[in-house]
Amino acid sequence: MGHYVSKFTSLFSWGDREVRILILGLDGAGKTTILYRLQIGDVVSTIPTIGFNVETVVYKNIKFQVWDLGGQTSIRPYWRCYYANTDAVIYVVDSCDRDRIGTSRDELASMLGEEELQEAALLVFANKQDMKGAMSSAEVSEALGLPRLKSRQWAIYKTSALKGEGLDEGLDWLVNAINAK
Amino acid sequence: MTGTYVIKESSVYHMLQDAYRERMHFEWDDLGALMNLDHSVVLQEARVFNETPIRPRQSRLLLAKIVFLLYRGDSMSTTEATNLFFSITKLFQCKDMSLRQMVYLTIKELSTISEDVIMVTSSLMKDMQPTSEITYRANAIRALCKIVDPSMLPGIERFLKGAIVEKSPLIASAALVSSLHLFNEAKDVVRRWGNEVSEALNGKSLSQNSSFFGSSSSQGQVVSTSNIVQYHAIGLLYAIRQHDRMAVLKLVQSFSGQSKGSGGWLSGGSSSSSVLRSNAAHMMLIRYAVRVMESDPSLVPLLHTLLEEWIRHRSDMVSLEAARAVCQLKDVTDKQLTPAVNALQLFLSSPKAVVRFAAIRTLNVLARTHPEAVQPCNVDMEGLITDSNRSVATFAITTLLKTGNEASVERLMKQMQGFMAEISDEFKIIVAEAVRSLCSKFPGKHGLFLGFLSGVLRDEGGYEFKRAAIEAIVDLAKHVGECREVALGHLCEFIEDCEFTKLSVRVLHFLGEEGPGTARPTVYIRHIYNRVVLENAVVRAAAVSALAKFGAAPKADAALQRSVRVLLTRCLDDRDDEVRDRAAWGLRMTGGAEQTRSRYVRDDSTFSLAVLERRLVEYCADPQAAKKARFDFAAVPRISRAQEEETRHRVRLDAMDQVLTGSALSSSAAAKDDVPQSADTRADGADRLVQYAKQLAAIPALAAFGEQPLVSSQRAVELTESETEYVVRCVKHVYERHVVFQFDVTNTIAEQVLEQVEVAMESDDIDGVLQPVVAVAIPVLRYDAPGTAYVGFERLAEDVPAASFACTLKFIVKECDPATGEPEDGDDGFEDDYSLETAELGPGDFMQATYIPDSEALWESLEDGESIETFALSSFSSIEECITKVCDLLNMCPLDGALTPRSKAAHKAAFTGKWMGRAKTVARTRMTYQKGAGVTMELAVRSEDPAVSELVVSAIA
Repeated sequence: MGHYVSKFTSLFSWGDREVRILILGLDGAGKTTILYRLQIGDVVSTIPTIGFNVETVVYKNIKFQVWDLGGQTSIRPYWRCYYANTDAVIYVVDSCDRDRIGTSRDELASMLGEEELQEAALLVFANKQDMKGAMSSAEVSEALGLPRLKSRQWAIYKTSALKGEGLDEGLDWLVNAINAK
Repeated sequence: MTGTYVIKESSVYHMLQDAYRERMHFEWDDLGALMNLDHSVVLQEARVFNETPIRPRQSRLLLAKIVFLLYRGDSMSTTEATNLFFSITKLFQCKDMSLRQMVYLTIKELSTISEDVIMVTSSLMKDMQPTSEITYRANAIRALCKIVDPSMLPGIERFLKGAIVEKSPLIASAALVSSLHLFNEAKDVVRRWGNEVSEALNGKSLSQNSSFFGSSSSQGQVVSTSNIVQYHAIGLLYAIRQHDRMAVLKLVQSFSGQSKGSGGWLSGGSSSSSVLRSNAAHMMLIRYAVRVMESDPSLVPLLHTLLEEWIRHRSDMVSLEAARAVCQLKDVTDKQLTPAVNALQLFLSSPKAVVRFAAIRTLNVLARTHPEAVQPCNVDMEGLITDSNRSVATFAITTLLKTGNEASVERLMKQMQGFMAEISDEFKIIVAEAVRSLCSKFPGKHGLFLGFLSGVLRDEGGYEFKRAAIEAIVDLAKHVGECREVALGHLCEFIEDCEFTKLSVRVLHFLGEEGPGTARPTVYIRHIYNRVVLENAVVRAAAVSALAKFGAAPKADAALQRSVRVLLTRCLDDRDDEVRDRAAWGLRMTGGAEQTRSRYVRDDSTFSLAVLERRLVEYCADPQAAKKARFDFAAVPRISRAQEEETRHRVRLDAMDQVLTGSALSSSAAAKDDVPQSADTRADGADRLVQYAKQLAAIPALAAFGEQPLVSSQRAVELTESETEYVVRCVKHVYERHVVFQFDVTNTIAEQVLEQVEVAMESDDIDGVLQPVVAVAIPVLRYDAPGTAYVGFERLAEDVPAASFACTLKFIVKECDPATGEPEDGDDGFEDDYSLETAELGPGDFMQATYIPDSEALWESLEDGESIETFALSSFSSIEECITKVCDLLNMCPLDGALTPRSKAAHKAAFTGKWMGRAKTVARTRMTYQKGAGVTMELAVRSEDPAVSELVVSAIA
């Protein structure tokens, strides 16, 4: 029964497929916390993700299929296995980790260079804004080299996954960006 | 483990059903759907996993196909598997439970082939959280444990511990079984879970608990009544505690069923003895109990009472296992056996074939050691001879053959005759072998056996079967004098129409051996010559050799010799080289002098084949050897035909033992362990010499003493009592100028590793003839892995020293983990020593016990080198005792009957040997026994080297 209803509503929005989103970023940036914040609206205790988590998130009647891939060095090479058919990438940055922002930029650059992600929108979360000494979104944007991106829909938002701030704004942008495609 | 299997099977089965229903309109049977599966097509189809949205039904079906391919044994390359694996990980986005189950299953199968399987770690960990569905949790645990490596284990330890004590048997079993698998890789971590495992083992009846939750569970879980959790828990608990004997004992006793705990169900966690609800678990408990009994004999009486109680258990399985355990106990008494045998006897008439099989198999093994204890079951077993289950029938027969008495054998043979025609060749062989062993047991029944065997020879049958029957007849002819002629008659009849060349040759050879000694050799000659006329070259050659033996026989009169010569002359025109050669040789022999004849045609000694083979191999391997000298046959020890025959007989008995224990079907592990060992310890002297020489040649420090020892001791001497911490056996090797003591050391303490193990020897040899020159230590000696240390002495004078050596074992002890055998880090160990018994060196050690043919003539020729002395040995109370001791001291080869005195009052014996492997020596002894005075013995020794004679005589003093 539910199946028919969803089909019916889908006529007006997304065809019959869910929006496929990847959450990427270095380890400890807060990807898993963001995923569950989005899904159940609360903070869960997490351990470093070995592999991935995948959940369905419903936001504004749109079904997102969200893949949270582990950010440890050993796991990053496998990100590419999940690039196909991706509508958008949420790239999470630990705004307090100035030491590794360079690494973060390199990973982002090599990811955006992938053929399969040419059409994907990019949403950057400058996370951990609740902490002292966090970089501003402009700083993060500059450090990642976002302004120099060509032919890519992108946006950056200040977020705090712990407090749940900035996430909705980001998703709103994402909805619009995908709708516009 | 069983659980996994069930899940696999049922899932695949459901898949098949799905496939079937989906394609009902095709004429498709579910097996056919999978039989035609093609590896590459399936991998192509795997693209379906990457589609969005997921199509659960198709994906599930495809996973089933993949799993089927893997189970079928198709191999998959690493790349293929890895690609497949990553596609499958995408299925985690789908919440369909059946699909997820197949995903778990496939991941488990791929875990060993694909790379990077850790990518699903997080997903599986999420699924095994207490918040997940039970089905998810159990299967996720199983899959997760397949992909984690030990370093990740601490991360999931908490969840696994929780899962072990989980109420749902599905989850608890999954966690227990997975832990058991993990135990091999991460013993330390899993050991910490002992308490949880005990809790799972002693948990209250799970089926009752789950009924509380059953209604609330939306999945409608199947309630398990098998209590399989207990089985898995006891297995794991044992794995964890197996090295702690007291802990295992406690485990066994906690389930001793002293039923004060029967009311404990209500009192919750009362500590009174628990109940094993799972029969499988109970079986395991019995096995563990047996292991405790084996390792500590002092606990046998205590645990035996338990076993006896368990024999009366209401479950067949437990009762059988307990009975089997009792039957296999070492040193079990007949009284202890009675209840077990009674139980097994009842099982023999069980309607279930598997129960009958288990019972008869146990009795079969028992009959080997305690035939009389099994006898009460004879009537029941006879009923099983015609059992529709062939395995049961075979065991019944072979058991009966062991327990049968003279009267029952007759009945048994009749029954067997009745169904010989209906059974397969394989089974016929077993019967033939069994009859063969019966022949030696009841020689009085020879007529019966011969009738049976010649009857089956006339039936159709393959080579192996015919061979077995022929060998049985040959045995009878050899060992039972009265029936020899009849048996030979049967053999003659057999070769008249025999399709197997090898068997014809065997029979012809045997006729040649035995025929000449019979009353009417001409009968056999006629049969043999028929073969020359009618058969192929191989058989003809064998027949000619047999004829030659008739001609050369000492009994052969002139007329017979003439006939044989006529026949052989005809063979000179044969088409085949070999036949002509043999005929010519035969003619020469029959015409030759008596001495030549006895030397070539009736040689009663032969080379020790093991040594001959080794020498020849060495000779051929050395390119220079052929130039330097001819192969030296004199260096190869000779053994008498009788000895050779005895060796063969022994080998055959061992083989027979295996037949009778039913190894053709499925021999017990214990029997398998026994055989090589016994064969090893019983290997004849020459074989052992070969083994020693090989070992010694591998030690560089000893190579300077000579190529190989001239003489090695026949037997190893124990320098420790049995059941001590360290077991040491000593073997002596004599070289031209050196003596080497070989010490085989075994460390029987699991918690210790010994390093730098050597033997210190202090001699009482005052003259200092022996100077220690070499000591070879064992670098590391682990638990139960024997090592060998050597001490070498140089003989400074020609004298043969008689000395005793005080021996001490010196070593460094390090504590170690019994499980891994690795010493603990930073343990430098401490030095320790251990006193051994004294090692003796005497003249006997320089004597090689070799059989010398024609010792009579040698004795006469050595008149000059005689030494003679008379001893009054009052300490002996019988001739047997004395002759055994003398044989031990002389260390020479006893000739016919030397060790088996015919009379109690007087005995004569002769021995032969080679001093230092060279000088031929003959010893003769006469002894008389008188009550009160003991044994009076005269010992005369003649040797090629007169000095030796004296030395040998002095060995007795």
